[in-house]
Amino acid sequence: MQAEIRAKVLELLGAQVDLKGLSDESDLYDAGLTSFASVQLMLALEDYFGVEFPERMLNRRTFSSIANIIASVNELALEKAA
Amino acid sequence: MDAQVSLLDQLLGAGLLFDTGVDGLYGRAGVFEDVVAGIERMVIAFGREDQAEVLRFPPGMNRAHFEASGYMKSFPHLAGTVHCFCGDEAAHGQLLGELAKGEDWTHGQKASDIVITPAACYPLYPLVAKRGRLKPQGGLFDLCSYCFRHEPSTDPARMQMFRMREYVRVGSPEQVMAFRQDWIERGKAFVTALELPHEVDLANDPFFGRGGRLASSSQREQGLKFELLIPVNSVVKPTACLSFNYHQDHFGELWGIEQHDGTKAHTACVGFGLERITLALFRHHGFDVKAWPAGVRTALGLA
Repeated sequence: MQAEIRAKVLELLGAQVDLKGLSDESDLYDAGLTSFASVQLMLALEDYFGVEFPERMLNRRTFSSIANIIASVNELALEKAA
Repeated sequence: MDAQVSLLDQLLGAGLLFDTGVDGLYGRAGVFEDVVAGIERMVIAFGREDQAEVLRFPPGMNRAHFEASGYMKSFPHLAGTVHCFCGDEAAHGQLLGELAKGEDWTHGQKASDIVITPAACYPLYPLVAKRGRLKPQGGLFDLCSYCFRHEPSTDPARMQMFRMREYVRVGSPEQVMAFRQDWIERGKAFVTALELPHEVDLANDPFFGRGGRLASSSQREQGLKFELLIPVNSVVKPTACLSFNYHQDHFGELWGIEQHDGTKAHTACVGFGLERITLALFRHHGFDVKAWPAGVRTALGLA
């Protein structure tokens, strides 16, 4: 599941920003991720994984880095499985 | 009956607004318009030293510009498009038949090239972009338009068609941020002169849907929008009568507006809700304009 989440996050994110040269910790907003693109990314992730980002995750920080996005999706996937 | 209906009924009863049968769509009485005119004189006076370029557009904008603006991404629920009959005589006959029977006659209406202006500044950006690179001092524009937002309500401060007056600053991040900060202070002085209770608070636009919640929180976290709030219908939920917005380089990127050095321009605006400020005055000083405090009448040029 972990690998699938990582692969899907990178695939969907890649459609919004150029991932070349970015580390898991790089600031995605600095890399050109717009507010609207982060919304599109969120909706695509929800659709694919069948999860819903709760209120506490609807902030800039959740989508500010690859690591943060993966951590959030992991958390939601675990909650769903539980 | 709740407080909102009550205020609306009072305004209709006093003949300040006229009912059209549609929530949020009202006629305005002469007295109401006198106050609007007074507010506009004040807006001009408060910004006079800056020598903004005055531009006026009709309350409809080019649909292609509207589409490019991205408005449908963020506010599809508020937009209003102008649709027209474009059929032949047979289609006309069908339409009349449907009308006569009280059936839906609008299904054949086709989108025209015009969309109802959602915010006074929307027609500005493509025009500025077309003029080419900005001068080092950037640009400053004075705009006013009737605007449309599809949000029927019995709150008289939430009209579907209303006038928005704006100053829009285009330039470097430093120039536009200085402009916005300056106008937050001027805005406070503006409503203080009108003897209206107020507070300035962080705000967000009403973005559509669940994704919009993320956009809203993002806008707040970045401190992009502030509103000057005045109790109109409700003390608990005061009404945004002025707003102070920093768009970063959103419109600069979208339209290719360039600063003198070729980098993308940043923009900011201050918006005045003319009906909302007018309603706040009636709400706080009463429906008899002649009985308003002398200072308020003087500020509005009504004395």
